[in-house]
Amino acid sequence: MKVSRRAFLASTAITAGGAFAISFRMHDPWPLAKLFAATTDPFDLWIQIQSDGKTILTVEKCEMGQGVFTGLPMILAEEAELDWNTVTVQQSLESSGTGGSGSTSGSYLPLRRAGAVVREAMIGAAAHEWSVPKEGCVAQQSRVTHRASGRSLAYCDLVSTARRLPLPDIEHVPLKNPSDFKLIGHLTPALDIPGKVQGTACFGFDVRLPGMVFAIIARCPVFGGKAVSYDSSKALAVPGVLQVFEIEPRGFRIYSAGGVVVVAQSTWAALEGRRALTIKWDYGPHRNESSDALSEDLRRALTSEGKIIRDDGKVDRAFELGAERLEAIYEFPFLAHAAMEPMNATILLRKDKCEVWCPSQSPDWVRSAIAKELAMKESQVLVHTTFMGGGFGRRYIADYPTEAAQIARHVNGPVQLVWSREDDMTHDFYRPASYHRLRGAVDHSGNIVAWSHHIASTSIRAQWDPPETVKPESAEIGGAVHIPYSPPAIRVSYTPVESAVPRGWWRSVEHSFNGFAVECFIDELAVAAKQDPYLFRKANFLEAARQSTKSDGPTDDGHTDCNRLIAVLDLAAQRAGWGSPMRKNQGRGIACGTAYGYVAQVAEVTLRDGRIKVDRVVAAVDCGQVVNPNGVRQQIEGGIIFGLSAVLKGQITISQGQVEQTNFSGYELIRMPESPAIEVHLIENHFEPSGIGEAGVPLIGPAIANAVFAATGKRLRKLPLRPDKLAT
Amino acid sequence: MTEFLIEVNGGQQTVKAPAEMPLLWVLRDILNMTGTKYGCGIGLCGACTVHMDGKATRSCQIPVAKSVESKITTIEGLGRNGLHPVQEAWITEQVPQCGYCQPGQIMSAAALLSTIPKPSDADIDRAMAGNLCRCGTYFRIRKAIHRAAWEMHS
Repeated sequence: MKVSRRAFLASTAITAGGAFAISFRMHDPWPLAKLFAATTDPFDLWIQIQSDGKTILTVEKCEMGQGVFTGLPMILAEEAELDWNTVTVQQSLESSGTGGSGSTSGSYLPLRRAGAVVREAMIGAAAHEWSVPKEGCVAQQSRVTHRASGRSLAYCDLVSTARRLPLPDIEHVPLKNPSDFKLIGHLTPALDIPGKVQGTACFGFDVRLPGMVFAIIARCPVFGGKAVSYDSSKALAVPGVLQVFEIEPRGFRIYSAGGVVVVAQSTWAALEGRRALTIKWDYGPHRNESSDALSEDLRRALTSEGKIIRDDGKVDRAFELGAERLEAIYEFPFLAHAAMEPMNATILLRKDKCEVWCPSQSPDWVRSAIAKELAMKESQVLVHTTFMGGGFGRRYIADYPTEAAQIARHVNGPVQLVWSREDDMTHDFYRPASYHRLRGAVDHSGNIVAWSHHIASTSIRAQWDPPETVKPESAEIGGAVHIPYSPPAIRVSYTPVESAVPRGWWRSVEHSFNGFAVECFIDELAVAAKQDPYLFRKANFLEAARQSTKSDGPTDDGHTDCNRLIAVLDLAAQRAGWGSPMRKNQGRGIACGTAYGYVAQVAEVTLRDGRIKVDRVVAAVDCGQVVNPNGVRQQIEGGIIFGLSAVLKGQITISQGQVEQTNFSGYELIRMPESPAIEVHLIENHFEPSGIGEAGVPLIGPAIANAVFAATGKRLRKLPLRPDKLAT
Repeated sequence: MTEFLIEVNGGQQTVKAPAEMPLLWVLRDILNMTGTKYGCGIGLCGACTVHMDGKATRSCQIPVAKSVESKITTIEGLGRNGLHPVQEAWITEQVPQCGYCQPGQIMSAAALLSTIPKPSDADIDRAMAGNLCRCGTYFRIRKAIHRAAWEMHS
């Protein structure tokens, strides 16, 4: 990993008294040329040890609540043997794309090596000072001690010597034995939490620059439409409104809607100005799109054969041999990300440079998109990454920074582009809508002998890839092609369905629907086989584990270690008291999977007054080496609630080419009274860490749907789950 | 535009604003007090919660003209001398993830504890139902409120 040598912005400082403070600091980072000089020297990149002993660690992933601001510095500090109480964390100026649950897994080894180089350099420097062999020296708590003599030196007094000596080779530097870890694997309070409880943490919306004005865009409510003409006279009469102008939509891979911009002295004045605009829209070619018509298209797509993704064993013949055969269709709507902080960006365009403050998961893409929009070199664009009020995949996309750049051309001085909640809800990049046709057969012993899964969806990739290279299925089939049950005959097929609704990556992406369809249908097969759903899964895994020396066809989740999956399944079942009696109208459901990590969940529900109340969720997780147990628990808990909103409430519907839900009144989320007790049980091991930010999401849905079945004997296969449909 | 004298966190502030401008935007855009957050603008998410005379209030729903009679407290002024026990409990229970909704959650929780020192789970459900958290920290919020209640009255 290479990042710039200069880095700042939101920093969390631990002061001498143990109190924390977050500050928003703006150093003068120009000229940028220096910034882009890449280096691998960890002293320049990651660990700055000051003469007073204070140590600044750099984070070059973006913090959206997933804990990188604490977890990644812990990895550095562990290997570097730093005194954690002296550590300050700062955001890298050249932060990189953050998503796909990849920050910890991708950074784990590089950061360990970087930290180890610093540790070994410090030991080498001390040994040099004392003219003793390195082997007799030990590093601990930002000090090196000579064992034989008891002499010791602080890191801050060794830096100048260390910088004169050659650095250890980063590729071959010795790493600590995990059994010696003092930080990694130990519960560590998050460094950004104190600022977040005091209101001092700086989110994108909180950027305040001298002379800053605020901009709001009136976008065409219909996807693909644009303004024909507008009358700004009333808007300009609103007190505080400064300017009204139009910006163009941007196409491929930006997908901003364009529209009429109102610039004002306050957000409120900009909102009022927008309300006073009169705009004539050309609704364009998609004015008639509707969810009803799309549902028909999706259902019809399932009657085709689809593109065969995988066809192993003689599936049709295997079905004939099944003692019990089942078929079911599952239906999933579009979903909005609905991060609590709507999209925004603050921009300051000068003659030959542009500075942006952006709550983004992809500051590198923000930089390139803005440079392109403004016809500048990337080295003329500087992106400060702020904290994000949620990301969930929405903030990976560069539409709103592009709009900010378009606006900056018209405005002298700094301007903050504000999206209202309505803008955020109606111009999102939505989780695709999909329909799934599953067929399965089990033999007399309860073994799955045949499985087929046909997915039809509004493909993400069909929108984002060039037509000549697009594989529409590529972000739609994960978790479906490779299932851990390894049936001897399996067919997976895919059919893309057209839609003008923008699609994007939504926390856990396709696992959000494939995880549901697979784990509910497995439950259906268990019932058909007259077996307990937990034991049915386990028996079929054991069969898969026994066969695991054989090729199991293409995999999209990497190799599955069925023994690790069985371990989490057992742990969740045991901690949930699987099999113990429940009251009338109550049910318990189980689900497990390997998306992002090995996870099993058990949900307990009560059906009352036509509503599903989720009482308790027990999760068991094996994500390899846990860096910060607190962070992992938070992510699983949060993923469960995120999934719960989708399962019980979430749907974006389209009518006349427009999103019908505009705020939290139409797009409801789980609230405190509906929030279950959650238990997270972690399996401890030292495997390479896998991601955790998305791992909690996919399985809560099937666990609940399976629990509803256990309580009522009825299957709900359409999302969101509507218990009033149980009567039919 | 009218001049209004409002009392925020114990200090008098003169602001020039249209009478109907919500207190939220007065705080954020005129006074640059950005701890109070915008989330929905229609009083459904609670991110903008402040205290008006000690009562949890959605500042996006209060025109500045209607705020002049009240003592306003924001997240910046909640802990007059250091952290409020609710903030302490939030740190102990490691509640926030992204943190954006948390000032509003904390203001709602502090107002709850000022009227019901030992809230039941049902009390918490009622008092906190108006505060959305997309990161799903509800379970920890509940624990932190019970902890703060215990710390404040033991």
